Amino acid sequence: MERRLTGSASNPLIRTRYRREARFKSYTVIALFVAFGIIAAFFTDIISQGYTAFWRTEVKVTLDYNERAERIGRFALAEEMREVVSRGAVRSIPLEIRNNPELAGIQRETWAPAYSRIDQYRKGNETLSPELKALVDELEADGRIRTTFNWAFFSSGDSKLPELAGIFSAAVGSLMVLAVTLAFAFPIGVMAAIYLEEFAPDNRLTQAIEVNINNLAAVPSIIFGLLGLAVFINTFGVPRSSALVGGLTLGLMTLPIIIISTRAALRAVPDPIRLGGFAMGCSRWQVVRDHVMPLSLPGILTGTIIGLAQAMGETAPLIIVGMIAYIPEAPSSIFESATVLPAQVFTWASEPRKAFVEKTGAGIIVLLAILLTLNATAVLLRRKFERRW
Amino acid sequence: METQANDVTATGSQTMAENQDNTPAANEQATPEVKMSARDLNLWYGETQALYDINLDMYNQEVTALIGPSGCGKSTFLRCLNRMNDLIPQVRMNGRVSLEGEDIYDSSVDVVQLRTFVGMVFQKPNPFPKSIYENIAYAPRLHGTGTSRSELDDLVESSLKRAGLWDEVADRLETPGTELSGGQQQRLCIARAIAVNPEVILMDEPASALDPLATATVEELIHELKDNYTIVIVTHNLQQAARVAGYTAFFHMGKIVEFNDTDTLFTNPAEQRTEDYITGRFG
Amino acid sequence: MDKKGFSQHISRQYNEDLEQIITRVMTMGGLVEQQLESAMDALVNGDQAKGEEVITSDYRINAMEVELDDACTNVLARRQPAASDLRLIVAVIKTITDLERIGDEAERVGRMALHLLDEDRRRSPMAEIAALGNQVKGMVNGALDAFARMDAEQAVRVAQEDIKADAQYDAIIRHLVKYLEDNPKSVPPVLDIVWATRSLERIGDRSRNICEYVIYFVKGKDVRHTSFEQMAEEATGDRR
Repeated sequence: MERRLTGSASNPLIRTRYRREARFKSYTVIALFVAFGIIAAFFTDIISQGYTAFWRTEVKVTLDYNERAERIGRFALAEEMREVVSRGAVRSIPLEIRNNPELAGIQRETWAPAYSRIDQYRKGNETLSPELKALVDELEADGRIRTTFNWAFFSSGDSKLPELAGIFSAAVGSLMVLAVTLAFAFPIGVMAAIYLEEFAPDNRLTQAIEVNINNLAAVPSIIFGLLGLAVFINTFGVPRSSALVGGLTLGLMTLPIIIISTRAALRAVPDPIRLGGFAMGCSRWQVVRDHVMPLSLPGILTGTIIGLAQAMGETAPLIIVGMIAYIPEAPSSIFESATVLPAQVFTWASEPRKAFVEKTGAGIIVLLAILLTLNATAVLLRRKFERRW
Repeated sequence: METQANDVTATGSQTMAENQDNTPAANEQATPEVKMSARDLNLWYGETQALYDINLDMYNQEVTALIGPSGCGKSTFLRCLNRMNDLIPQVRMNGRVSLEGEDIYDSSVDVVQLRTFVGMVFQKPNPFPKSIYENIAYAPRLHGTGTSRSELDDLVESSLKRAGLWDEVADRLETPGTELSGGQQQRLCIARAIAVNPEVILMDEPASALDPLATATVEELIHELKDNYTIVIVTHNLQQAARVAGYTAFFHMGKIVEFNDTDTLFTNPAEQRTEDYITGRFG
Repeated sequence: MDKKGFSQHISRQYNEDLEQIITRVMTMGGLVEQQLESAMDALVNGDQAKGEEVITSDYRINAMEVELDDACTNVLARRQPAASDLRLIVAVIKTITDLERIGDEAERVGRMALHLLDEDRRRSPMAEIAALGNQVKGMVNGALDAFARMDAEQAVRVAQEDIKADAQYDAIIRHLVKYLEDNPKSVPPVLDIVWATRSLERIGDRSRNICEYVIYFVKGKDVRHTSFEQMAEEATGDRR
């Protein structure tokens, strides 16, 4: 009996088919590599530019709390060291002496942050005059200059002096804005979605509302900034540049996203569950509360987290409401002026000084890390609670 | 003797019995008590009429089967009996459906309350994604018919026993109801329906998603349940109707063509259309 | 009920199964009629060959009964017939039993005929026996015809023929009793004639049974053990 199953490789039609398939497959792989390559290039560039900001140069100096230092802190340093140490490190000495009079006359050795030009020189981004170079080499030989991890980047706020600039105030600002956004958008969005999905009658009005919500999600974010300016700041008198107004503005922006994703999560709950509830004699509200909500909660949370992650990275609307100011101190309430991480990055990127280049990169790295974490949490949540019906 | 196809009621079958000495209906001493009835029921989905002048009596402690080809309106009619059609916005109906004489569509009737009197089991088992215990305890707790833990424990146990599921799940009441097999899930749904102590149980093709063994178990359960409840069952499976039901109504294109006790309907139907359907000439 | 064709089942195989069963019932009926014809020939005309043929051919009828029972059981198992199909199968099962018995009775007539080969036919009421034979032959034929044509009214008519058959039987028996009284020594051959006559009468009864089954199948009424008046009423009334 003639074998019909083997020998198909010799059939030219089939060979063409396999070839075509292989070709198509190779296209998809190439596309993947291109996309991946671009992302890798992006990350490499950012990281290479920014990672140096996580280290800073420190110099061991003797602080002489002498009489002249009581007036101008700089005079606590030896003359040659005054160009090496950061001005900010000694700025507060007069206040220190005034608050602690026993410090007068003392000499103290401490590691102080180096002047940004020194720091940048050691990182290879700047050149120094020969005298300074010699001084630095001397310090190096003496072991009085070192590079340590820049904890100050995370603990201090913005500063005009790049060696002291950190993201703390921006981080706190971002956190507050996020909190306000969540508090504002989550309950309103989820409740609105529940009403639209479970209770609203299927008439023209409901359809109009649906269409409008979907459109809102596509509105450019800067429009929300203008809205925030007009409504919250001008009409309601919310303090400009505060976390409150930023949170409310971003809340408006996130609201359509939360509504849409909540509706999708509610819709994903299969109808037989609801019917079973009704047949047991539940009212519609009981069906929603006891049966639909628990099942849709993971989906709702996922959508919310994604919406928040998006809000976290928004800059344009916040610029309009004024959160682009120079904020060295972290805000202590939502009514105080604040800034957010992306705005901080924007500010640093606009600085001409070279030292801020690495800060910009570091800020981007931190921002990306937070966003990736948020999104990863969303994915994990979804995976963990996903049910197969 | 003339009987209109649309207007077959209990009295109709009784008159038929007078003319026949040897049909089963004549052997009953009296017509059984009517538990639920529909009178002149018409129903529209939007512009399309789905039910035409339905008149039907469902007897107490009997199983009434509704048979008919797809799309003939039997499931729609079933949903009228516990007002599940209220959930579908395009539905419009007139006519009267009564439970022991009370009109269930009266404006003073609380729909939620009605559904504790008239329970429903669906075609595809739909246990709540909660534990087995919670599935059964949920509704009684909600309606206040079981408050203390021990009351609920007893209720869960008795419901599962009556549904023939207790032996299989007694040791794992906290596991999710969705982890049971199809047949067990359906019996769980029946237990859940029983737990609120209804008077009528509606079943919409309860065994069509089950394998033959599970189907047989459910049918046996129906047989046991009918001593305490009135059961109305929609089924595609003619043999199931023949096995399970005491009375059968044949629906065709939104009308009731024939209603009679099952034995007569399946051995000697009065209408040609009924005959054609149950012998497999159409449908 | 109107005469229905079997071409309307959605399952053509089912149609064919039922048609086949009816065809085979008719075949069996034809065999039985043949047997009866041969048996009468043997009895009335002393045809020995026919007599022997009847006896040796009986097995064919028995085989058909078994075969048809099997076919009906299969239909019951596979198709779960309802309403008229169910009544058809039930009627067929009962009919083939009666047909097989008719076959047995014919075989007995044949055997009796062989016993009586040497007897002088002119002394026995052969003419009346032949008449009874024709009567029941007609009844068998009529019953099968009513079955084939699903004609309840004909079934009633044929069933009522049994009255005549019974009367003829009674007359023959009276004749034979009188003969015995006059000729006490000829008991054995007279007994043989009695058995043969009895068989013919039984054939008539069985034909009547078949008619009752036909009425059951066609009209859905069980008319067994009722009077002829009731039977006629049920057969002609509506199916209710």
